[in-house]
Amino acid sequence: MKIVVCVKQVPDTKGGVKFKPDGTLDRAAMLTIMNPDDKAGLEAALRLKDQYGAEVTVVTMGLPKAEEVLREALAMGADKGILVTDRVLGGADTWATSQTLAGAIRNLDYDLIITGRQAIDGDTAQVGPQISEHLGIPVISYAQKIEVKDNSVIVERLYDDRYHVVKAQMPCLVTALAELNQPRYMTPGGIFDAYKAEITVWGRADLKDVEDSNLGLKGSPTQIAKASDKVRKGAGEKVALDPTEAVAYIMDKLTEKHVI
Amino acid sequence: MNLAEYKGVYVFAQQVDNEVSGIALELIGKGKELAKDLNTDVTAVLIGSDVKGLVDVLAEYGADKVIVVDDPELKDYRTEPYAHALASVINEFKPDVMLVGATAIGRDLGPRVSARVHTGLTADCTQLDIGDFPMNPVPGKETKHNQLLMTRPAFGGNTIATIACPDFRPQMATVRPGVMQKAERVAGAKAEVIEFNPGFTPDNKYVEILEVVKAVSDVADIMDAKILVSGGRGVGSPENFKILEDLADALGGTVSCSRAVVDSGWKPRDLQVGQTGKTVRPQVYFAIGISGAIQHVAGMEESDIIVAINKDENAPIFDVADYGIVGDLNKIVPALTEQIKAAKAAK
Repeated sequence: MKIVVCVKQVPDTKGGVKFKPDGTLDRAAMLTIMNPDDKAGLEAALRLKDQYGAEVTVVTMGLPKAEEVLREALAMGADKGILVTDRVLGGADTWATSQTLAGAIRNLDYDLIITGRQAIDGDTAQVGPQISEHLGIPVISYAQKIEVKDNSVIVERLYDDRYHVVKAQMPCLVTALAELNQPRYMTPGGIFDAYKAEITVWGRADLKDVEDSNLGLKGSPTQIAKASDKVRKGAGEKVALDPTEAVAYIMDKLTEKHVI
Repeated sequence: MNLAEYKGVYVFAQQVDNEVSGIALELIGKGKELAKDLNTDVTAVLIGSDVKGLVDVLAEYGADKVIVVDDPELKDYRTEPYAHALASVINEFKPDVMLVGATAIGRDLGPRVSARVHTGLTADCTQLDIGDFPMNPVPGKETKHNQLLMTRPAFGGNTIATIACPDFRPQMATVRPGVMQKAERVAGAKAEVIEFNPGFTPDNKYVEILEVVKAVSDVADIMDAKILVSGGRGVGSPENFKILEDLADALGGTVSCSRAVVDSGWKPRDLQVGQTGKTVRPQVYFAIGISGAIQHVAGMEESDIIVAINKDENAPIFDVADYGIVGDLNKIVPALTEQIKAAKAAK
């Protein structure tokens, strides 16, 4: 079985967000990590590899620095890393990103493609389903369990108030939830090998069956009209009171606002 | 693409088990406002099996037209037949704006459809306006009027971006549930009904549903609550949530919680407020023992009145609270519950 996993290097918003003096987000000062949903997707692929034997190829699109997440994936047990990087691919929205990744994946043999549901920087959840559409294969999003049986993949697909057990023919694309599993750690031997391993680097010319008009900033249907750090509503009153006074204060406000 | 051919505001009227989802009515409500600015009308796209009976409720909440795609292949949600249905409606009727709920269904359907019809899609919008793009004139660049300006949070709620889709149609957005307001229901209102079936031929992209497992949950939906009593890690233990439940009972409200509480296993995920949980806008939101991480605030800051109780005077929750009390929740909350009960009994 051949599995392709798409991963993204993202700023770690959990460790606190850093701002520049002018109030904009300081991305360079923030640590980067492998996007959590993607890491769960990689772990799912590695478990299928452990169980059935599979070749796991990890693909990322980004700046040259994004090769770090590929080395991390190799150290966890992936077989091959491909970095798609090119200036002309920059500024891509989800349409252009999915076109780029689909163009890269067309060069590969695959039975199963796994992406994360969404990345913690953009939170769109769009790129996985869009890749599957460009490739003309089925998609199962929001996977909380993935199994393979004969030529099919069987997935628990999570919804707001239920899950469906869904069976799709391979080749198929599945988007993984971080809740899917607990990703393994890199092994010391794995880390050592990963830093010696060769990373395949592809540029625009290596993408298959994609037109220039669908790539990068120029190929992106959506355009940013305005971006800003969020302006929050101002703080109201803040009081430090002993419990009896505090209760009286809240009762006053609730009465004044006709809540009680 | 001749952009002028595309007209009207369309919303995907999500239904599950032949019940209209709340988000469908919220989108119709917002769609009416946008349609007014664009001098056009609102069309609901109803997709399912045996769903014609749902047309009237969509009309009563403000849909001017309802396009019904009704086929046995559409019984339970599956990406491919639903994407085929919605993409076919778009290709046939050419909407200017297409809104979809940012639900576990819409966030799968939206990207698949936008990729099929080749247009942009803005995810998880919290504000929609009609305006110019660019918003302020840029020398040498044409200003386009009457564009859909889609505003959304990113970076876990730390930043906010307004996005347009000036050169492709429809302008597509998924919209966060709980943010837009339903219109007032008008009993007996009728919509023009258009039945449309593009034909459904199963192929490799049709998946098979082997089993449907519904979550057994008797908890009230926190998105519908008028009063929420929300607890964070500061509550201390799952047992201590009892004092919040008592307060909620006294007020006729519902208990919700922060992500930390869910991650600790104290409360189920469907009670979680925030960026990765639900967006709520109750009349009153009590934040009790909640520090107010930005991801939490993103899910509750639209509440009418926010009351925060926290022992840490530097907790960021005080930056958004209307009434912030620095103090011990274990003493304040039970006493408050007693006073509210007494006040209600006196009436």
